[in-house]
Amino acid sequence: MADEPMRAPGSILPLRLENVSFAAGGRTIIDRVSLAFEAGPRTIILGPNGAGKSVLMRLCHGLLAPSSGRIEWATPERPGERRRQAMVFQRPVMLRRSAIANVVYALKLAGIAAPERIRQARAALESVGLADLADGAARVLSGGEQQRLALARAWALRPEVLFLDEPTASLDPGASAEVERIIQAIHAAGTKIVMTTHNLGQARRLGDEILFLNQGCLAERAAVDRFFNQPASAEAQAFIKGELPWT
Amino acid sequence: MGVIVAAVRDAFGLMLRLDAQLLEIVGLSLQVSLSAVAIATALALPIGAAIAVSRFRGRQTVVVILNALMGLPPVVVGLLVYLLLSRAGPLGQLGLLFTPSAMVIAQTILILPIIAALARQAVEDAWREYQEQLRSLGAGGWTAALTLVWDIRFSLLTAVLAGLGRAAAEVGAVMIVGGNIDGVTRVMTTAIALETSKGDLPLALGLGVILLTLVLLLNAAAYTLKEAAQRRYG
Repeated sequence: MADEPMRAPGSILPLRLENVSFAAGGRTIIDRVSLAFEAGPRTIILGPNGAGKSVLMRLCHGLLAPSSGRIEWATPERPGERRRQAMVFQRPVMLRRSAIANVVYALKLAGIAAPERIRQARAALESVGLADLADGAARVLSGGEQQRLALARAWALRPEVLFLDEPTASLDPGASAEVERIIQAIHAAGTKIVMTTHNLGQARRLGDEILFLNQGCLAERAAVDRFFNQPASAEAQAFIKGELPWT
Repeated sequence: MGVIVAAVRDAFGLMLRLDAQLLEIVGLSLQVSLSAVAIATALALPIGAAIAVSRFRGRQTVVVILNALMGLPPVVVGLLVYLLLSRAGPLGQLGLLFTPSAMVIAQTILILPIIAALARQAVEDAWREYQEQLRSLGAGGWTAALTLVWDIRFSLLTAVLAGLGRAAAEVGAVMIVGGNIDGVTRVMTTAIALETSKGDLPLALGLGVILLTLVLLLNAAAYTLKEAAQRRYG
């Protein structure tokens, strides 16, 4: 795996975190994390509950501000400009309108011209297999369909980076497999994937590299095979043992 | 018992032959209360939404006061508006006292906190759910607030309806600032109060039945609309 930062001209990557901490209610949730996200490899963030995985992604995505430290994109975001990153949450939040209108809404916020929006939204729904349900209400779709719609909404924005916070945590195996297929397709189309999961099989299938968080600290960063076969840190060893007691 | 039966019979007689006096009173009632609801809604929804999505010092105090104002006694509102509009009052020049406009003003003040407080609660609940997603998509400030209000518009209808119910049913405020002048500022509630004290039970009872029916129909319509929306949009 290439470790040197790749820097395409005009790209927002790499994303650099320097000594980032986040505290809330007197509790330190992220503790002096420094790392860089580079274009290319799919990054999976692993760690026990409460390790700070979701908070770390929210900090990166700009939904939370760090208590200290710096988070810098190679090309800084400017307010009012189109966002070049997107996020898919564990529980998708859909507006009370049709499936396609939800995608169109996101494209409108991204500043896409009106006639283009419908076309791009249809294409996005097509690629997640929801073309037939485009005109149905988004909120009455099943959990799996709503998550695919959330992926379509994010994908339609053509983000350079897509954050996914346990996107399959509340889905059945069939829906999970479908979501995994879509994530692979988004990656193949050139989007950087940063994802948290509690499913280690999924981490192996979808990941190129693992970030292992423990109690708010970055305990280990390694390629997927290396992480699962020879975890360097004691915490990661214990975590993998706990999660996979048969190994 | 016979008096009541006779009154009920006469009341339906008045309603069935669309008695002119009755229609005039009902018409003015609707005109005043609907105007007050329209104005109060236009002001209260942005106020409620703004309080819901913003964080500032003293916010909790504002919320508590707003909730408390839901219980404003109509006669007190009437008295305050009376003082404002009376000849010696700060707005006396306008000559609005004892006109339907004065009644609209009083009812607007009465129901604005009700609609704003209920809207604040509804928008705040929705904001908790939508906040991260909307911010992730790049919607902030007014864009987010408008999206939110539009998305929960059918829930907000309940807030508006609560305001309308209050406006249509109150008697104290319109009595004080309107004066219950026959043919000018007489509305259903003030007429019921007057006719009852005069002993003209059929008219009072007829108005009471109409008032109840209107409130019932409005609520049934709103409920049906909300149910349909729930089935349609989830």
